[in-house]
Amino acid sequence: MFDIKNYTEAYTLPEALEALRADEDAIVVCGGTDVLIRMREGKDAGKSLVSVRNIPELQGVRRLKNGDIEIGAAQTFRRLTADPVIRKYIPMLGEAVDTVGGPQTRAAGTIGGNICNGATSADSAATLLTLNAQVILAGEGGTRAVPIGEFYTGPGSTVRERTEVCTGFRIKRSDYDGFAGHYTKYGKRSAMEIATLGCAVRVKLSADKASFKEVRLAYAVAAPTPVRCPKAEAVLKNRRIDDDAAAQQFALTALTEVNPRSSWRASREFRMQLIRELALRTLKEAVEKARV
Amino acid sequence: MLKVIRMKVNGSLKELAVDERESLLNTLRTRLGLTSVKMGCEVGECGACTVLVDGEAVDSCIYLTVWADGKSVLTVEGLKKNTGELSRIQQIFVDEAAVQCGFCTPGLIMSAVEIVGEKKSYTRDELRRKISGHLCRCTGYENILNAMERVVKEVSDKEIPV
Ligand SMILES: Cc1cc2nc3c(=O)[nH]c(=O)nc-3n(C[C@H](O)[C@H](O)[C@H](O)COP(=O)(O)OP(=O)(O)OC[C@H]3O[C@@H](n4cnc5c(N)ncnc54)[C@H](O)[C@@H]3O)c2cc1C
Ligand code: FES
Ligand code: FES
Repeated sequence: MFDIKNYTEAYTLPEALEALRADEDAIVVCGGTDVLIRMREGKDAGKSLVSVRNIPELQGVRRLKNGDIEIGAAQTFRRLTADPVIRKYIPMLGEAVDTVGGPQTRAAGTIGGNICNGATSADSAATLLTLNAQVILAGEGGTRAVPIGEFYTGPGSTVRERTEVCTGFRIKRSDYDGFAGHYTKYGKRSAMEIATLGCAVRVKLSADKASFKEVRLAYAVAAPTPVRCPKAEAVLKNRRIDDDAAAQQFALTALTEVNPRSSWRASREFRMQLIRELALRTLKEAVEKARV
Repeated sequence: MLKVIRMKVNGSLKELAVDERESLLNTLRTRLGLTSVKMGCEVGECGACTVLVDGEAVDSCIYLTVWADGKSVLTVEGLKKNTGELSRIQQIFVDEAAVQCGFCTPGLIMSAVEIVGEKKSYTRDELRRKISGHLCRCTGYENILNAMERVVKEVSDKEIPV
């Protein structure tokens, strides 16, 4: 038996918001793969749970008329990877979340839970950063859209109020169209492993595919929160894709924009080495994908 | 608080009063006596508690029973033929010596059922990834993969109960 004070199954957004407001101990649960573990460990023991898993607004993936893509917060990793819109327009996101845990974890865990949990190791976070995704939050006063770059405030903390429900993510067409990208997850095992380091690179090449029009770089576990590296990105703008010196400069610059810590998984020094090396390798993969 | 839910378990419709704080693992084992579902780590790491919910393999230890309301749950008990004999997937696990202590086996069998339901063929490496949510402390996985390869080749989704 989980130590749950009160359980509410919300079928509409107003129901969920009201249940969160009414009980100070209430927190949101969706797939439960973080929350239920924390309850077992005693950290969230005694909390009330408000389930958002059956709310229609949180389901599915939609491509709007203007080409923007909306991803429901309750979309499980499994469904996201299999989704035709994601496969066609942002395959990198489906690939990135396919590295989470094992098949059973991916059948239950959701992208909304992954981001709202606030972990720097979240496997969807670096990719969403390179997509300039907006986090859509519904609260008592209405809905707000927070750029994911402004969403995280520290380890395990975000700008989301306890009483706000994340309904999903919006990605502008201009942020995915013409880009290709790759996510590298580095860990000691190739499954059932939290990332020691994660690196996401998206690139947009010139028409002749010889140089970079734009490069985006973000990391998981390279700082207390997932981080984007705009200075490193700027290094490669308009440079040739075979300019090795520029690529090296890109990776070195990234080191100035991160702040990894030592943990039992890896030391800070090792993570710094990974940050540099994975920038190069992931860039290469991204270019490869952009050239096909 | 108790809540009345309806779920199909191994093909038959059950109406049950369950505690909202209860995991599906507990409901299946203690209320329904389905002890093929094993209690291992209870934190989603080992896969011993794997069951299918609407055809998808999930760790029942971190799945609240109330979430299964209106859904269909399958455990190893539901694979048994009318004659009481083992299903082909189970027999292949036996024949390939993919079972030692047997604690991980029911969970792996349920993942095998899920994989057969996908009606695709997989390489050994792909199968390795597909069973990565299961820990086995005995076999070293090789015989399990041998069994999985045979299951994918030889068993048709028509043999699987829904
Ligand atoms: C065995 C195992 C392996 C794992 N491996 C990985 C891994 O490799 N990579 C990885 O990134 N993660 C991993 N995780 C962590 C977890 O699976 C993910 O973070 C997952 O995305 C959480 O989603 P959920 O729906 O289960 O979240 P929940 O547990 O339901 O919630 C997580 C947090 O987000 C909040 N929340 C959830 N949904 C919403 C919403 N719609 N609006 C507002 N707040 C919300 C909750 O209040 C809670 O704080 C693993 C977990 C387990 C158990
Ligand atoms: S008992 Fe559920 S995964 Fe270990
Ligand atoms: S056979 Fe003993 S754990 Fe797998």
